[in-house]
Amino acid sequence: MLLSAALAGLLLCLGVSSSAGAQDAFGVHGLLDDQQEQPVAGVSITVTDADGAEIASVVTAEDGTWAVPLEAEGDYVVTLDESTLPEGLVVRNCKPQLEVHVTGDRTALFPLDTQVDGCTPGESPGGGTPSDDASDEPGEESSESEDAAADDAAADEVSEVEGEGGATRAISLLVSGLHFGLMIALAAVGLSMVFGTTGLTNFAHGDLVTFGGVMALLFNVTFGVPVWLAAIAAVALGAAFGWAQDWGLWSPLRRRGTGLVSMMIISIGVALLIRNATLFFVGGERLRYTEYVGQTPWDFGWLVITPKEVVTGLIALAVCVLVGLALVFTRLGKATRAVADNPSLAASTGIDVNKVIRLVWTIGGALAAMSGVFLSISDGVKFDMGQHLLLLVFAAVVLGGLGTAFGAFVGAMLIGVFVQMSTLVVAPELKYVGALAVLIIIMLTRPQGILGRRERIG
Amino acid sequence: MDWQFVFSQALTQAIGPTMLVYALGAIGLNLQFGYTGLLNFGQAAFAAMGAYGLALSVVAWGLPFWWGILIGLAAAVVMALLLGIPTLRLRADYLAIVTIAAAEIIRRLARATVWSDTTGGSDGMRGFSEPFFELIPWDRDSTWTLLFVSMDNGRLAVDFGIFELQYSYRDTWIMVVGWALVLLICGVMALLVHSPWGRVLKGIREDEEAVRSLGKNVFAFKMQALVFGGIIGAVAGFLFALSRANIQPDTFTTDFTFYFYVVLILGGAARVFGPVLGAALFWFLYNILSQGLGEAIRADVIPPSVLEMTQVGPLVFLLLGLGMVLLLIFRPQGLIGNRKELLFDVR
Repeated sequence: MLLSAALAGLLLCLGVSSSAGAQDAFGVHGLLDDQQEQPVAGVSITVTDADGAEIASVVTAEDGTWAVPLEAEGDYVVTLDESTLPEGLVVRNCKPQLEVHVTGDRTALFPLDTQVDGCTPGESPGGGTPSDDASDEPGEESSESEDAAADDAAADEVSEVEGEGGATRAISLLVSGLHFGLMIALAAVGLSMVFGTTGLTNFAHGDLVTFGGVMALLFNVTFGVPVWLAAIAAVALGAAFGWAQDWGLWSPLRRRGTGLVSMMIISIGVALLIRNATLFFVGGERLRYTEYVGQTPWDFGWLVITPKEVVTGLIALAVCVLVGLALVFTRLGKATRAVADNPSLAASTGIDVNKVIRLVWTIGGALAAMSGVFLSISDGVKFDMGQHLLLLVFAAVVLGGLGTAFGAFVGAMLIGVFVQMSTLVVAPELKYVGALAVLIIIMLTRPQGILGRRERIG
Repeated sequence: MDWQFVFSQALTQAIGPTMLVYALGAIGLNLQFGYTGLLNFGQAAFAAMGAYGLALSVVAWGLPFWWGILIGLAAAVVMALLLGIPTLRLRADYLAIVTIAAAEIIRRLARATVWSDTTGGSDGMRGFSEPFFELIPWDRDSTWTLLFVSMDNGRLAVDFGIFELQYSYRDTWIMVVGWALVLLICGVMALLVHSPWGRVLKGIREDEEAVRSLGKNVFAFKMQALVFGGIIGAVAGFLFALSRANIQPDTFTTDFTFYFYVVLILGGAARVFGPVLGAALFWFLYNILSQGLGEAIRADVIPPSVLEMTQVGPLVFLLLGLGMVLLLIFRPQGLIGNRKELLFDVR
């Protein structure tokens, strides 16, 4: 009950917040953006008065803003036409209608996401309305008369429904957190192993993730290849890109004896290069693949999940397990861990250190590309997706212990779950803030991370 | 194509208000990175501290302008202490990761809708710069001419014959204050780094253990460098906010910090005037590339099928990123740096 109360409060502040000090304008306005804070244009929004008479219908502009001037104070209903949303996007709390009381200039916001949270579209969950009272909202009955009877029947059980909604939401968030954690893990293992073997904190690793997503986009959209084949091609190209980066850039730099600080700043230059090259060729919009967009989710009652999430999650898990097994049981894996532990000692036992580092870069590139493809299947490709993921990857790697592959995995799962579950108590827009704060707190209390050893931190 | 216009524009920007912001930010970074070897990847956050400290004090809390400046500086000091205490005892790359994370936290908090009534959310804030522009000592309609420098109704024009630099009434004031600050801070820096204190900083950069064995409190020296560099970053934030007369959270991204690094390395780290030179060159290159390409597209020299107007920005930054990589590989000392001083490593 407490949970759902918090949830209601959260949705309340998300749904409608009044804007102070703007007395000169009178009306209702808002900014429509998706879960990645990208403006959504071309969505039609209708404002009706309390009696259901339409006042105005507007379409969101390029920057996602919309506004309807009003003449009189009173209650109005703002309706978002869900059929005009871009494919794959829905209103997260299933409330495309908001009831607002206008006394000045009001803001009405709709939280958009690729999937709904603990509710089914067309149905109203308790606690999702700004008025905190689902059953007597006028707009509800006018558009969803077929659901009205069901709503009335359930009206006396609202409290149970709310409690269930909170638990379902928690489970959904846990599962999506595990999925997200696996995606971070794919990227984190590569970053951590590169750090372990060469000491380089690679700020361009996030852009390897973007690279994977973009390559799959190229094959899928430009060449018309199915997504699964495009994904395989992207992973192969990611591996090739990682190999080529080490061959063409990092390995020569190591031979020249370039300092790690210089290499770190060079990696920033590489990141800028890849990111702006992506922006140059792909553009700034979020692009989606031709398949698996807006997939019908499986509804288990206690959990709503899309098949694509299950498949990509399982593949990611299998790959992580395989990499782990390879590190423990194969010759090359053991050699990699030996180099990560002590490069000069490893070299003196006859291990070809440069070969191992080349391998780490190749596998790191492939895993990062895979992470990028899987993330893009869910959320679409954008030039700065890797940049935003990178900080979470850093958080995961530091949490698990810099330079350890297994630590990176554990850290990634914890960060993924933490990021998603934190939206139960904080606004979704602040979920990354929590994860980054964890990063700083870990630095403060246990800089070697969960699985790291004290001596690594210098 | 009007090359004269493009060149004049680029030259105007090369000593203009934005260049001063980058110069100041990079001077702060120079103290931290160039002299002490601290990898601060969150200089944008220090600038944001200054800018938001000023704007919040003046707009949200209704305090006088100078209180806003003090609060902005204090916020930068507090942030330097908060970041420094946990990380300065650790390896250099830990500070890098923490500062980059802190900068992102600050940006996301600034654009959060939760308290957008106060901070303006992603729209940012405005309306804090009037007290600053009321300080302009000359009138808006003052007109005079001195050799090739002239003022026409408050606008400053410098006419070199082939090309002409023009600054608006407000930009001129920003430049007067900005250049005064840059020269003042450079002067103080020159005194500092040649003092015994500055030699300890360089010693820490070269070999921390050696300095510690001489009985110096390395942690305290690193912290002082971080705080002073952060304060200069906050000053850059003031100038940035005032020159645009508004602040937006999304201008304080990590890319902002990265351009400070480009500026610093381009000019030459561990040199007092390196950042100033780097900022001038960076803004000259940036403007001549973007203005030149834009002009070429408008004049149909480059057909739209090859390059569209919206692609100019990414292309220029792509070239700058490439330039940064090549510069660090082949000339890590930049224009006036000393290569031997930049061979330090993380330990």
